[in-house]
Amino acid sequence: MTTDLGPARSELRSGASAPPAVAAASDGAVGRAWRILAGIVDPEIPAISIVELGIVGDVRYAGNWLEIELLPTFIGCPALELVQATIGQRLEPLRLDPGLAIEQVVVTTSYAQPWTAERISPAGRAALRASGFAPPELTAAEALPPRATCPYCGSRRTILENAFGPTRCRSIHYCTDCRQPFEQFKDG
Amino acid sequence: MSSLAPSRAAATASLLWALADDDFVLGFADSEWTGIAPHLEEDVAMSSMAQDELGHAAAYYRLLADLIDGDPDQLAYDRPASAFRHCRLVDHGRGDWARTMARRWLYDTANAVRLEALADSSDRPLAELVGKVRREESYHLAHDEAWIERLAGHPGEPRQRLIEALELVGPDAPSALAPLADEPALLAAGVLPVGGAELEARWLARLGPVLERTGLRLPPPAPAATAPATARSGHGPDFDALWSEFTSVRRLDPLATW
Repeated sequence: MTTDLGPARSELRSGASAPPAVAAASDGAVGRAWRILAGIVDPEIPAISIVELGIVGDVRYAGNWLEIELLPTFIGCPALELVQATIGQRLEPLRLDPGLAIEQVVVTTSYAQPWTAERISPAGRAALRASGFAPPELTAAEALPPRATCPYCGSRRTILENAFGPTRCRSIHYCTDCRQPFEQFKDG
Repeated sequence: MSSLAPSRAAATASLLWALADDDFVLGFADSEWTGIAPHLEEDVAMSSMAQDELGHAAAYYRLLADLIDGDPDQLAYDRPASAFRHCRLVDHGRGDWARTMARRWLYDTANAVRLEALADSSDRPLAELVGKVRREESYHLAHDEAWIERLAGHPGEPRQRLIEALELVGPDAPSALAPLADEPALLAAGVLPVGGAELEARWLARLGPVLERTGLRLPPPAPAATAPATARSGHGPDFDALWSEFTSVRRLDPLATW
């Protein structure tokens, strides 16, 4: 049995850039899992993948188990169970591949290193903007009320309408320049 | 099953019951505002906060289930009302909007003080979870304070209702931080790094500036709200009604899933 532990944990934890395993065309279970995960979109904002969003904390292969560790954006996010189920379904072909010797795919959640806005990749931030969502501001993440840049005209003259929005990870804003309401993806 | 020493595990479990039941009961009570909050944006905000509390409760029940070898749903739904260990403050029903806001503000400020201490807990899974919970709770505190100042700042009915609400729920507010019977064991093990008396002092210091700005007063504590034996027991009819509601589906069909 080959044990592929994948990229070092420190590399995976390095933040917003694409996980090294995606770029490195490894044919191991971990590399293939990362590539499949990169194709799974967030159920509430389908413009962005769960990898771009940064909610995949780690992919580990050990003892015939493939473990996907998720970092929830918000603890009570009801989409989390859907994401977990989708991951299980999409990774099923890996489990069935006899060459990979995967007995079980487990999807766990962790708060050891909590999800924050910094985990959204540059591509993810661009994808959010393109679909009308302001990405979270990276400065003063703890400051309330959260500031937002209009995703339509780029203006900073925006007003927070509601720190709570249609889902737990979204707030509602208004641009006083282009007079558009818009949503921001909140820092968790 | 946990590998912790039995006394430490039992004490940690009692702390998790308190944390989980507080958020679970408050979350369910506040979810009653969904659809009938004072205005649409507030409906969204209150529903979001209720959802947060239920999410936090689910995460605490998960830790508890890992510790005592149980199932989170069973812990939450298969207990008689008398077995719940939430504090007297959240035992009050939602009442009117002023009561809901008074209850939330007093609870969220007390909870913030408690969570700040637990961020340094020697129990790693709890400390990690609390780190995430605190980030979410900062939104709640900003929301509560805005409402307290808004109600207090309007003479006449809004301010009067808020004063009446504080008179009703205020005496029970210290129950959120009252020492648990297991507090000595929790302190000795570092699971709870700060004792209840110190937490209460920090909480009062946090309420101070808002009380001063608004000219509101917090009534003196009810004796039952400060004693370990009574701060989290003796639930009233409001909770019986709530329990009956949130266990109704489970009692109708224990195997129901969705």
